[in-house]
Amino acid sequence: MTDVLNALVLITNFVIVPATAYGAQLALGALGVTLIFGILRFANFAHGELMAFGAMVTILCTWLLQSMGVGIAPLPTALLALPFGILAAIAMALVTDRAVYRFYRVKRADPIILAIVSVGVMFVMAGLIRFIIGPNDQSFADGARFLIRAGEFKQMTGLSEGLAIKQSQLLTVVIAVMVVVALFWFLQKTRSGKAMRAYSDNEDLALLSGIDPARVVMIAWIITATLATIAGVLYGLDKTFKPFIYMQLLLPVFAAAIVGGVGQPVGAILGGFVIAFSEVTITYAYKKFITYLAPESWAPEGLVQLLSTDYKFAVSFIILVAVLLIRPTGIIRGKVI
Amino acid sequence: MTRQGAFYFAIMALLLVAVGIGQSWNVALGILNLCLISAIMSLGVNIQWGYAGLFNVGIMGFAALGGLTAVLVSMPPITEAWAAGGMGIGAALLSLLATIIAIVLVRRYVPDYLRFWATLITVIAGFFLIRGLLDPAVESIESVNPAHTGYLGGMGMPILFSWVLGGFVAASAAWLIGKITLGLRSDYLAIATLGISEIIIAIVKYEEWLSRGVKNVTGLPRPVPYEINLIGSDWFIGLTDWLGVEVASSASILVKLCYASLFLVVLAIIMWFSERALKSPWGRMMRAIRDNREAASAMGKDVTWRHLQVFVLGCAVCGVAGAMLTTLDGQLTPSGYIPLRYTFLIWVMVIIGGSGNNWGAVLGGFVIWFLWIEAEPLGNWLMQAITLYMGEGNWLKQHLIASAAYTRLILMGGILLVVMRFSPRGLIPER
Amino acid sequence: MKFLSALNMSGGYGGADIIHDCDITVEKGEIAVVVGPNGAGKSTAMKAVFGMLDLHQGKVVLDGEDITGLAPQQRVAIGMGFVPQNRNVFVSLTVQENLEMGAYICDYDIGENLEQVFDLFPILKEKRDQPAGELSGGQRQQVAVGRALMTKPKLLMLDEPTAGVSPIVMDELFDRILEIARTGIAILMVEQNARQALEIADHGFVLVQGCNRFTDTGQALLADPEVRRSFLGG
Repeated sequence: MTDVLNALVLITNFVIVPATAYGAQLALGALGVTLIFGILRFANFAHGELMAFGAMVTILCTWLLQSMGVGIAPLPTALLALPFGILAAIAMALVTDRAVYRFYRVKRADPIILAIVSVGVMFVMAGLIRFIIGPNDQSFADGARFLIRAGEFKQMTGLSEGLAIKQSQLLTVVIAVMVVVALFWFLQKTRSGKAMRAYSDNEDLALLSGIDPARVVMIAWIITATLATIAGVLYGLDKTFKPFIYMQLLLPVFAAAIVGGVGQPVGAILGGFVIAFSEVTITYAYKKFITYLAPESWAPEGLVQLLSTDYKFAVSFIILVAVLLIRPTGIIRGKVI
Repeated sequence: MTRQGAFYFAIMALLLVAVGIGQSWNVALGILNLCLISAIMSLGVNIQWGYAGLFNVGIMGFAALGGLTAVLVSMPPITEAWAAGGMGIGAALLSLLATIIAIVLVRRYVPDYLRFWATLITVIAGFFLIRGLLDPAVESIESVNPAHTGYLGGMGMPILFSWVLGGFVAASAAWLIGKITLGLRSDYLAIATLGISEIIIAIVKYEEWLSRGVKNVTGLPRPVPYEINLIGSDWFIGLTDWLGVEVASSASILVKLCYASLFLVVLAIIMWFSERALKSPWGRMMRAIRDNREAASAMGKDVTWRHLQVFVLGCAVCGVAGAMLTTLDGQLTPSGYIPLRYTFLIWVMVIIGGSGNNWGAVLGGFVIWFLWIEAEPLGNWLMQAITLYMGEGNWLKQHLIASAAYTRLILMGGILLVVMRFSPRGLIPER
Repeated sequence: MKFLSALNMSGGYGGADIIHDCDITVEKGEIAVVVGPNGAGKSTAMKAVFGMLDLHQGKVVLDGEDITGLAPQQRVAIGMGFVPQNRNVFVSLTVQENLEMGAYICDYDIGENLEQVFDLFPILKEKRDQPAGELSGGQRQQVAVGRALMTKPKLLMLDEPTAGVSPIVMDELFDRILEIARTGIAILMVEQNARQALEIADHGFVLVQGCNRFTDTGQALLADPEVRRSFLGG
């Protein structure tokens, strides 16, 4: 019996908890991407950099607050700085839209052109971020680190496997849930939200109904920038902030949005968790897990990893390619642009 | 090529000469060589984008395959490793083939409602079979002298051969990938190809039995003389005396000139073929398909098959360039293939130069690579100039100077945005 | 002067003109139908009335006001309603949400408008929370018409409302349209099913190659042997 419990705790500690937190972060990122896909109808390659930018401003403000002795222990100070990061990201998004994307939107340019242009924006933002904060790891997390430590857990339960839950992981899930609820309330219950869904559904009919496209676009960028910043900050708190990581995160985020169904918010969330759980479960070494559950003679020799951890990022691409080939509209039938 | 195009190339040549005089001929020739390789990659991309409108963001993967081929062709075989694991690898490859055939058969003959589960079971069973055969073989190969080898080695053939073979390997991979992904529309194709290239690069990076992975394969044999040999040989010392130049740097210059001439020959050959193809009825048809896909397909043209042809050819060219790059480096460094940065750099080359025009692609290769390299010293110079009046210990000054390197990214992005906005047809537009 | 007077309209989509010196008029509470062979420019003429076409000649006057220069959204604001032929509902929004979007520009409480539309199309009330994409073709058309009615337009324009629906559904739709006309709304309709449309029409405009060929009351056109031979199959 204790073996089964140990196995459960092991899986929870090394698979379920990290995958849930990572899934929430990806879901928030994917929500932003899917909004832009749905409303502005192009793949925004600069989304990773937008996440990094919002996170960067939040970090700078966090350092400022920390140096002034301001804090909200045991919660991380970054949460106080978050609104500033969000405002900065919104400003950046609106400025790039006005300076870059709007020209092509008015011309009704092909989505591929917008994608290429977003690559240019990606370069500029990437350079700017490294210019300001440098390319290295930055730490900005403070406050209580663990909600419960592995050692404490083992003492409490008497099991040989420990369960550790970091505060950042819990924060990620709680904040993600709050944000998603707020977003869905906005999209389902408010007039502006419905107008945005209508615009995403059928642009011509929306224009006919008198929906103001400029306003829809502006709200879309505001929401996307907010989601991107929150996702970026949560990821940075949970793991680390390093500009290059956000460039890498772009692909799992895209994968999550496409797997879930482009333009479908619920899909983005599902996709985020599918990708996160796949990445973690496929690269986890099940040796100990099997040892707990199976009889002695079946004890495995190798690590029992489906794919080595090196292939972690490759997993999301494999899933993405598989989905694109088998069911390109995604889990929840979205658009195929 | 138009007179305007020739003018731009002349300016480019002048710039390189300026670098030669201002910095050093070694540096200038080094830049020239990479410009030539970039131009070839740019051609490869242009074949796909300019002829057929395919946005392939996965070209780094094909370049990596070319580089891997260079290793597999030119390095000597490690007989001990082959003895230890060769059979296992062979068996694993056969089971991979068997699994693929099984999947194809299942998808063809199993009734609809069972098909998904049957495919899934076949995939899973095949996966475990392949792993079962592969893992022990890999372990034994990698344990053969891991510090120096730990991999299978190559065929021990002249490295120039890999330039051609690299093209074929890339072409085969492109055929497989194209068959699967070319039905997708442009945005999705971009993301899919990016994802696939990441997978290819991950395999090259982590399958140490094949490529030594992150330990790198160094000391690749060369098609040109080694500097050390030149410096030691009498005829060369005599030549440098007669010319009145320094021996060591001249040896380096001569080696680079040798590479440059080889690269130029390859570029010329590929260019000749590409121009012939572009002007041929085939090329006209490709562009007709690109401009109006629905009309072309209504006329009975098999659009997907044509796209596949172009995709394969373009990726083959990228594979050749990848082999050339690894030859120039003399080593295979898998962690150096960073898709996001270098793929997009090549895209900037194509767009700046003039998408749809081969001369434009080549010019773009030269211009953008030159800017990318020179942007670093330029950025440093700019930062020094800006912070001239600041004190030495000034925090801002130190920060600006340290960050000078990132002005490159901003410059590249800015150039792309400006060109896309004001001159989207590029420097040498399509005729 | 009729309630809607669109006279001497000439224009196209850039390039050759599609309609030449075309006249369309409708009176309040009246049903006017535009029929003609394929490619006659019927939909084009309607789009011109709605402002979706560049006219280099002609005037559109609604209730005495010259609206030739107004954009389509502005025409909606002054009392025109338009039901496009294709993609005329928001498929991912519920029936109720579709109707709410129809009244997007109304800044007053639309509860009354909603009730009126539900009275007219009771099945919409039943399916108010279902996504419009899940409804049958005929029901979708009802959503489309209901959507356009939400702004309480004075003129309702329908572009081939019975395209692709079964005869029973067509009859039902035409019944509804008659009811709408009875409330005093002017109705302008382009139709492929000429005979059935002319039967409920007060006035008919037969367009051929972008020009008015025959203009008369619905009944007169139905009785006219030449019209019957050319367009109604004898």
